[in-house]
Amino acid sequence: MRKVWDIPGGVHPPENKAQSVTRPIASAGIPDVLIYPLSQHIGAAAVPLVEKGDLVLKGQMIAEAMGFVSAPVHAATSGRVTAIEERVIAHPSGMHAPCIVIEPDGENRWIEHSGLEDYTSATPAELLSIIHDAGVAGMGGAGFPSAVKLSTRPDTPIHTLIINGTECEPYITSDDMLMRERADEIVRGTEIIAHILGVSSIIIGVEDNKPEGIASLRSAAEHSAGIEVISFPTKYPSGGEKQLIQILTGQEVPSGGLPSALGIVCQNLGTTVAVHHAVDRGEPLISRIITVTGDSCREPANYEVLLGTPASHLLELSGQQPELCERLIMGGPMMGFALESAEVPVVKTTNCLLAPTRAELPPAAPQQACIRCGICAEACPASLLPQQLFWYATAKEYEKLEAHNLFDCIECGACSFVCPSNIPLVQYYRASKADIRRHHLDHERSERSRARFESRQQRIEQEEAEKQARRQARREAAQARAKEAGTKQPSRSDAAPDAADVIRAAIERSQAKKQAAAAQSQAQADMGIEPDSAQDAIDRAMAKRAAAAAAPKLSPVEQLQNNLASVQSRISKTGEKLEQARTTGEDTVSILESSVAKLEAKRDQILAEIEELGDS
Amino acid sequence: MLLSTPTSPHAHTPLDTSGLMRLVILATLPGVAALTWFFGWGTIVNIAFASLIALACEAFALYLRGRRVMFYLRDCSALVTAILLGIALPPGSPWWIIAVGIVFAILIAKQLYGGMGYNPFNPAMAGYVVLLISFPLEMTRWLSPLGTFEGSVPGLMEALQLCFGGGFDAHTMATTLDVFKQGAGLMVADVWQQNPQFGRWGGLGWEWVNIGFLAGGCYLLHRGVFTWHAPMSMLIALTAMAAVFYDGGSSASGGSPLMHLLSGATMLGAFFIITDPVSSAVSTRGRLIYGALAGVLVYVIRRWGNYPDAVAFAVLIVNFAAPFIDHYTMPRTYGHNRGGSD
Repeated sequence: MRKVWDIPGGVHPPENKAQSVTRPIASAGIPDVLIYPLSQHIGAAAVPLVEKGDLVLKGQMIAEAMGFVSAPVHAATSGRVTAIEERVIAHPSGMHAPCIVIEPDGENRWIEHSGLEDYTSATPAELLSIIHDAGVAGMGGAGFPSAVKLSTRPDTPIHTLIINGTECEPYITSDDMLMRERADEIVRGTEIIAHILGVSSIIIGVEDNKPEGIASLRSAAEHSAGIEVISFPTKYPSGGEKQLIQILTGQEVPSGGLPSALGIVCQNLGTTVAVHHAVDRGEPLISRIITVTGDSCREPANYEVLLGTPASHLLELSGQQPELCERLIMGGPMMGFALESAEVPVVKTTNCLLAPTRAELPPAAPQQACIRCGICAEACPASLLPQQLFWYATAKEYEKLEAHNLFDCIECGACSFVCPSNIPLVQYYRASKADIRRHHLDHERSERSRARFESRQQRIEQEEAEKQARRQARREAAQARAKEAGTKQPSRSDAAPDAADVIRAAIERSQAKKQAAAAQSQAQADMGIEPDSAQDAIDRAMAKRAAAAAAPKLSPVEQLQNNLASVQSRISKTGEKLEQARTTGEDTVSILESSVAKLEAKRDQILAEIEELGDS
Repeated sequence: MLLSTPTSPHAHTPLDTSGLMRLVILATLPGVAALTWFFGWGTIVNIAFASLIALACEAFALYLRGRRVMFYLRDCSALVTAILLGIALPPGSPWWIIAVGIVFAILIAKQLYGGMGYNPFNPAMAGYVVLLISFPLEMTRWLSPLGTFEGSVPGLMEALQLCFGGGFDAHTMATTLDVFKQGAGLMVADVWQQNPQFGRWGGLGWEWVNIGFLAGGCYLLHRGVFTWHAPMSMLIALTAMAAVFYDGGSSASGGSPLMHLLSGATMLGAFFIITDPVSSAVSTRGRLIYGALAGVLVYVIRRWGNYPDAVAFAVLIVNFAAPFIDHYTMPRTYGHNRGGSD
């Protein structure tokens, strides 16, 4: 027998499950209208494949998946598309969303379909594609497309499959009835999923308040190798994915991670049946078991319901007395959400319709002060400190909230359930989570625009600096011209100090150069070169530069030609000196040889440049 | 059909804060009965008068703060403070002592800090300590328990006279803890023999008062009003300290563990004072530390402090420490490393 671990916290709300298990699962029949929201799952909404007026068959795909994380939608019976429009959907906010509306023709004609003879001969990829095309999405929780959840990645090997038959929410018995009546289908679906994942260890976890279901499941799984049916003590919220993993394996899913990090994949019990139908029969997900219960229903029971059926149809079937009921809950009393209207259609994730009387689930009492009693901390299955989170939430201390791991809250509602001061704690956490997400988004956005602004600023500065450099170069050129002009005629009075400065600077420069040249000529004299010639060369070069600067601006080709000419003359002059040095046998020969080579290289380069410019 | 759309969860436990407070009040009954039996009607008069003033103060403060007076009065928290202070005061205390204590407890220690849920200190103990420091004479004049003098515990009329008239001449006597504090140089057994008020374990009358509060506390534990962590931790720490320093009953002894458990405000403190959720540590681990600290301090103050009324001081000191304890005893959240770093 497998060891079962305990989870911290948890609560024991009145179960209220007995009233809906007295009758076998009945068919809810075909309602007058079927409404299909395009988004019944997590991920991108499906895209309609039909138009108003189209005739559709049972099982026909009426909207296709949009991308990888998405699921298609199928018609649950044959009929005519009467509208594609916004309708109120099953959502906590009571929002409207695009829906395909079908009026059944009552003939219930199937589209052609067929299942696989032997799923074991199919590859996992083929099976996944069948499951994806059948629109199977998690049927217990948020409705994550099953094909995505079952697509394993090579870097995270999966060794354990957990089938979640916990059903820890009060009132709900749809999984319980499924176990009692269709255990073989559950086992079959589980085997298919295990085949896809290639896992050796398969656990079906069930709370011990469903002894009939467990017995039925155990006998169905008897001949199936590797499937263990494990029962564990009843406690809310044992059925949370993370909690169930902790109960069955003692391991914790890392914060912010997925069960696959532990080599585990979890699937809902109802999903296994949907997988079985998709693979073995070729039937898409078009119906599910739904518990209709609550004291305002005369005959609480479980129904096999076509997806898209309005809640009102189910309530009528169960003899609900609307005058006794002030709120209609989709899901259970702990995590379900109240519907704005009974016209909301049931979707893939709907497991229960709860129509309580006022006495049964009275409206929340007014909120009192938090007395820090800590009962909430004892109830929290994630070992959070709900009252601290509450204080930080009211003070909008987002950093503290994150430091206290607000995002590890699974919103099970155990803390709100036990709070003696009737504080709607979960509501505070939901709001704070949304605030923090928005805050992060804003922050990211402002960071991006800051980076953009800074790079723009940098660009502008760089351009400015380049402009400045060009301006400086022009100014220097102008100064050189002014200097030349200044030697011939007096400067204008307003430019006088400037010109004087420039001239003084130029004199200083030339003096410095002369000193350097003197030192050089001294060195050259030591080597036997006449100092005069060096001095002459410097003077000539200076004069040439001044002339060049004073000269009108030349075109690049002309400039290059000038350069070429000067290089040519320098080559011939150096060549002469070289000849001379050779004849006299001086030791400057090698120096002169290398400078000739350099000058020739320069000449070649200039020639090449001229050619290039000529070509362009 | 008009449907309301509140958010989940839709179910709620029947227990509410006012209900918790009423349970606490109910659980004080055995202890109050024992006090009344051994010390006369003084405690009842204390409680009644304190409750009256407390409700008036609370209503006044709520009115000034613009809150819904009746809604907040009905949470019974002021009543609990009044009852606890009424129990802690010597039976037959003069009316002005009670009034000063309650006014301080409700107006200053509680409402000035933001009212219910926001007070860092236990209001009853804050009021008590103010009185103890300000009026030590009146605060240490405990009536002699039943059995030490013939037929001497005050009846209702006498108690009222003690409270409002002040003329009644009642027998008072040092309490067990007082004697232990003053009675240096005597072996424990000698102290016991010389003082008729010592009873069997923790002082005549006192042992029954403590057993009464213990019973009430067990009832609250059973009803899940608080967890066992803080009270048990305090009692164990106090017992351990007393055992370590008992030294076989010499003249330097601090008294036996049993005496410490069953005298003074030990049980009242363990089950009714440090379990005050508002001013205590919040996590389970935090409450263990909080209770143990209180237990050690109770012994230290009783043994080496200047006042024998150790519980009140110990509670205020651990109230100070509560946020600090909370900071270091955050439970490890699901899915986070055992090192606690992420």
